[in-house]
Amino acid sequence: MSILINKDTKVLVQGLTGKTGTFHTEQALAYHGTQMVGGIHPKKGGENWTGSKGETLPIFSSVAEGKDRTGATASVVYVPPAGAAAAIIEAIEAEMELIVCITEGIPVMDMVKVKARLEKSKSRLIGPNCPGLVTPDECKIGIMPGSIFRKGSVGVVSRSGTLTYEAVFQTTNEGLGQTTAVGIGGDPVKGTEFIDILEMFLADDETKSIIMIGEIGGSAEEEAAQFLKDEAKRGRKKPMAGFIAGRTAPEGRTMGHAGAVISGGKGGAEDKIAAMEDAGIRVSPSPARLGTTLVEAIKG
Amino acid sequence: MNIHEYQAKQLLKGYGAPVAEGVAILSADEAEAAAKSLPGPLYVVKSQIHAGGRGKGKFKELGPDAKGGVRLAFSINEAKAHAKEMLGNTLVTAQTGAAGKQVNRLYIEDGADISRELYLSLLVDRTVGRVAFVVSTEGGMDIEAVAEKTPEKIITVAIDPETGVTEADVAKLNSALELTGEAAEDGKKLFPILYQAFVEKDMALLEVNPLIVMENGRLRVLDAKMSFDGNALFRHDDVRALRDESEEDAKEIEASKWDLAYVALDGNIGCMVNGAGLAMATMDIIKLYGKEPANFCDVGGGAGKEKVAAAFKIITADPKVEGILVNIFGGIMKCDVIAEGVVAAVQEVGLKVPLVVRLEGTNVELGKKILNESGLAITAADDLDDAAKKIVAAIAG
Repeated sequence: MSILINKDTKVLVQGLTGKTGTFHTEQALAYHGTQMVGGIHPKKGGENWTGSKGETLPIFSSVAEGKDRTGATASVVYVPPAGAAAAIIEAIEAEMELIVCITEGIPVMDMVKVKARLEKSKSRLIGPNCPGLVTPDECKIGIMPGSIFRKGSVGVVSRSGTLTYEAVFQTTNEGLGQTTAVGIGGDPVKGTEFIDILEMFLADDETKSIIMIGEIGGSAEEEAAQFLKDEAKRGRKKPMAGFIAGRTAPEGRTMGHAGAVISGGKGGAEDKIAAMEDAGIRVSPSPARLGTTLVEAIKG
Repeated sequence: MNIHEYQAKQLLKGYGAPVAEGVAILSADEAEAAAKSLPGPLYVVKSQIHAGGRGKGKFKELGPDAKGGVRLAFSINEAKAHAKEMLGNTLVTAQTGAAGKQVNRLYIEDGADISRELYLSLLVDRTVGRVAFVVSTEGGMDIEAVAEKTPEKIITVAIDPETGVTEADVAKLNSALELTGEAAEDGKKLFPILYQAFVEKDMALLEVNPLIVMENGRLRVLDAKMSFDGNALFRHDDVRALRDESEEDAKEIEASKWDLAYVALDGNIGCMVNGAGLAMATMDIIKLYGKEPANFCDVGGGAGKEKVAAAFKIITADPKVEGILVNIFGGIMKCDVIAEGVVAAVQEVGLKVPLVVRLEGTNVELGKKILNESGLAITAADDLDDAAKKIVAAIAG
């Protein structure tokens, strides 16, 4: 099994007609035939989108219409920052089960509003400012490079996009492969936290081990570590490797991701690493040794 | 983006918050007129730099016994004398680093008779995804020290975005700050005002330390530190106009023009990476092999070749840089675009230091081909570990 998405997942694209949406929709269609079933554009409903290789998809004027007509259960948002929150809210109102927002640079206050709506809905939001998620050989939503994946047994969850690729690439090279890889995004206010994904990986029989990649800022890693300790007491435990980016980051400076900042002495890498190690995760000091560290964790 | 205290206070005054009267000055000649325009007889002369700890800070050029960056004056002449001594000198505080910051601007403010000093700040509490007030009766001092020694004295009240500040929230805040009588009435007006300003202007932090209860029992915002969400500046022309570029690193200003996430650091290996997490991890692995990064630089996902070239030029223009590591794992970012940008920049500004490039991901073969055919002295790396070892070896040798 995988988590969240599989070969049957039908996906709508919000922001399909832009350059980014177009490129990554072509990539998704080319990735084991991910079921991209349509795009959304308020003024272009009824038209068709055509990719560079002649692929076509219908365009609907709203998420609700697209969902009705295609049976889609997921949508991916490539809408630019100023309009991205409105796009997410439209998908929430259309009761889309899974919403994946790739957009980077959404004002935090917009996400505060989105979060309040999300809490009253049945939708799950992944992101924003995330690379999306991939279930190898079945479904790719977002911008991760498909070529590095291999079907297998590792669950990958990460706050960082490109470090997700490192974890995937290295577990592929170790011959382990992945069940699903999820980038939860680098913003301070987001739809899904580590704990949500870890719960799914613990519950998934095919996921035999887990890589968790965090970074400086906030306390989500510490909360995840506490969750894992509590679950281990109930007998739910899988071998895990981890990494925290930003050991060398100075306090008070935002390191690219809006959420990656050590402030008031909180959110530093060492505290996170200590909490994760205390929860039984093998934390690699090097981002180049994620795969080998996981292999060691599996051997015990 | 940070702004000065006097700008923050003007902004809050516009929302109706109780702040003292004050005048910002750029030269000592203006001090007399500024002080004369205030009620007196007590004045406060405050250095305007983008760093905290000004009161306890020391001026580099003055002796160790000289007063700090925030001074009381009991006459107009004393205010003038302080202004003359402070302007143009370098203030070193716990937050400026050893180099300190030149004080180019002072704020002369009407003094207040302080009865109690409180702490209040607003920020986005990411554990609940809401704007939250953080308050404490222990104001006027380092709140981090309070948090460490007496965490029970810090109280957080998160605000539901759909209701705003409710009466119940006001009651909690007043009780936490032990406000009664007129001060509690002032609080009832002030808390919603601060929340409104925070939300409307897309702030990242609003810190009032201290918020004071005066001898007359009324509240006043005595200090204000404000920073804004960089991602929301596009919709606030008025806030953008408050930016003081003299407070920022020149390389960071140039980077921000290109929408690059760049932070200047102290080491000597320049880095250009895509993705914030990988950019931090690249810094970390350089350190792991015994060297220090010269910068954090995330070129982002959607960069074109011009932006990549601009980033490369900013990195090479830093005189500390003795070697450069380009580390790209392409997702949105295509490796061929990076390669074209690097080649274009090197052709324009030359390459005087070793350059190690690691490419992986989307269009990697095309990217490698462009670099190989460029004829430039670029060391290719197979993976992140290899890349870090090669650049560290290159500058060591």
